[in-house]
Amino acid sequence: MSEVLEYKGLFWDGLEQTILLTILGIGLALVIAFSVGLMGISRHRVLRSPAYVFVEFFRGTSIIVQLFWAYYALPFMGIKLDSFAAAVLVLGLNEGAYAAEIVRSAIKSLPRGQTEGAIALGMRPTLRLRRILIPQAVPAMLPSFGNVFVDLLKATPLVSFIAVQDLTFNALGVRTETQETTVIFVGLLVAYFVLGLVLALITWLLEKRFALDRRPHPLLRPLVSGGPGVTR
Amino acid sequence: MRWDADYAADIFPKLLDGLWLTIQVSLLGMALALLLGLVIAVVRYAKIPLLSQVLTGYVLFVRGTPLLIQAFTIYYVLPEYGITLSLFTSGVLILGVNYSAYTAEVYRAGIEAVPRGQWEASTALNLPAWRTWTRIVLPQGIATIIPVLGNYQIQMFKDSAILYGIGMTELLGTARELGVAGRSLEPLTIAGILYLVISYPAAILTRRLERRYAPTH
Amino acid sequence: MPQPTEQPTPRTQMIEFDGVSKSWGDNHVLRSLNLDVAAGEKVSIIGPSGSGKTTILRVLMTLETPDDGLVTVGGETLWDARHGKKPKETKHLRTVRGKVGMVFQSFNLFPHLTVIENIVDAPIHVLKLSKSEAYERGHDLLDMVGLASHADHKPPQLSGGQQQRVAIARAMAMRPEVLLFDEPTSALDPELIGDVLAVIRDLASDTSMTMLLVTHEMRFAEEISDRVVMFDAGTVVEQGPPDLILKNPSHDRTRSFLHAVLDH
Repeated sequence: MSEVLEYKGLFWDGLEQTILLTILGIGLALVIAFSVGLMGISRHRVLRSPAYVFVEFFRGTSIIVQLFWAYYALPFMGIKLDSFAAAVLVLGLNEGAYAAEIVRSAIKSLPRGQTEGAIALGMRPTLRLRRILIPQAVPAMLPSFGNVFVDLLKATPLVSFIAVQDLTFNALGVRTETQETTVIFVGLLVAYFVLGLVLALITWLLEKRFALDRRPHPLLRPLVSGGPGVTR
Repeated sequence: MRWDADYAADIFPKLLDGLWLTIQVSLLGMALALLLGLVIAVVRYAKIPLLSQVLTGYVLFVRGTPLLIQAFTIYYVLPEYGITLSLFTSGVLILGVNYSAYTAEVYRAGIEAVPRGQWEASTALNLPAWRTWTRIVLPQGIATIIPVLGNYQIQMFKDSAILYGIGMTELLGTARELGVAGRSLEPLTIAGILYLVISYPAAILTRRLERRYAPTH
Repeated sequence: MPQPTEQPTPRTQMIEFDGVSKSWGDNHVLRSLNLDVAAGEKVSIIGPSGSGKTTILRVLMTLETPDDGLVTVGGETLWDARHGKKPKETKHLRTVRGKVGMVFQSFNLFPHLTVIENIVDAPIHVLKLSKSEAYERGHDLLDMVGLASHADHKPPQLSGGQQQRVAIARAMAMRPEVLLFDEPTSALDPELIGDVLAVIRDLASDTSMTMLLVTHEMRFAEEISDRVVMFDAGTVVEQGPPDLILKNPSHDRTRSFLHAVLDH
């Protein structure tokens, strides 16, 4: 056990990489989620179809296969990605596809009356989405987003297959050196479990922040009521 | 893009072998997951002291940790304690154990989704408990969870690629072997297409099942 | 008290439906409808459920596209579906639509915004009013509907009647030339209806806005309308001054409808 602890530095480096991968992956996934997700509810076929194909493709293929393909097959087509970039790209695109479905169905499940009320007030589609639909859909999206984020975290060990030096890759290396199989693998399980809990906590905090029935903080109330001469 | 069609035709049969192994391990893995998940669900529903809590913790832990690490643990750690399993058996166990944590939840949700009124009507008609379960509750509960279980089977089919990490020559493993020996473009692309060719129609079928059996979704 | 009726002259037609048809599959909701409303006129549309009354309003609010016919507002074309043309959402349509506002049966307030925010959001972002002007107007309107003290509440905290009054204020904030009411009190508990009708009554007597009201409240329709239109199965059965249509209808369909509605 103590032999393993000698490699502390390696574990910290690996953890750093894992966290970085997770954050960047989630960032890309969110960008994809909202762009592809909104394309999916567009009135125009030319936007809806690519979105559908994108989502079905990434949900229908294995993330592991995608990782390998991005790193080993793309060079044959002239695109050489470094392993970290390939990892972030695949993680983001893959989980982004799931997140896009969440965005699309959350907005679609809003009562039609909200859209109609906004149309009656002369709001254009972009404005409707921005001010009325998305703010109401976000609270519904967050719990499912939380699951997607944790799934992304749980997918990061796969990048060790393409030699990204994340926590798993380094831990496997230490195992080869020390043969402390049980300690290392059980330790990995616990480490990822804890990281997952942290993500779940962050999601829970986000859910509270974006909840619909929030009352404005008493100190902010004058700002929220807006406009001069508000003390009527 | 330089696609070597001859090479592709050459390796295709080998990839099909890999696909067959993938299908086998996913089907058996799902069978194990269904069985194990049912046991877990029943124990937790019956609220057997200590065992229920242990299983709840087990489910949480399995769901909260990566499948790959679980695969390593089962394949490399168990032998340290005297349990050595074949590659294929390990594969089935890895997939089955992981997914049982999800199927257990599905069983629970399915039972709870049966409206309270059904239980109350059964009581009002003086049906005995076992009849209530077998004729009223389970048939309705199962109808709603079939689509979800269908989705899990498809997911497991794709997740089986992880077994490449413990050296199994399923579809991905075969593709990698070929890639290392020769070119990577054709094996990986064909493998990707094969995964898609199986999972996309299966997903459509499951969605249709969902519309038929759980139309409230 | 009945308003004096004026014969609408062609030049002051605020709303024109010319041969407008709409169907959902086999269901012909509007059959070659011809209907004109003069500027400042208050018109009530009555009739059985499913007769297509709501569709008239929805077409006017561009929530539905007509299959045939011409719809104009304030002399400008809103929908032109004549001769098999398929009307599309255009910039021009949006300009014309801006003259029309609507109050919905289910209010459709935005639950994530406060009451005052519901009212000022569209004026700020669509009419491009300054925040101070929008808020000032918003508070005045809120005052007018008697809910000044609820400005910072969220819609779910209000009763149905209060929500509907906010909805009216919200629609008024856009200064529409035409205001449509789609069964504004049908979703309300009986004791809350009176307050909402009072607001609508004030609008009818105090403003020169054109108002189109689909309602089951016959006595109210009689009170505020210049004209009552009896609508059934996609067509106008008859129309005229309220005391004529409601007290002395010519058609059997009108008679039997009123009988069923008023005498239960």
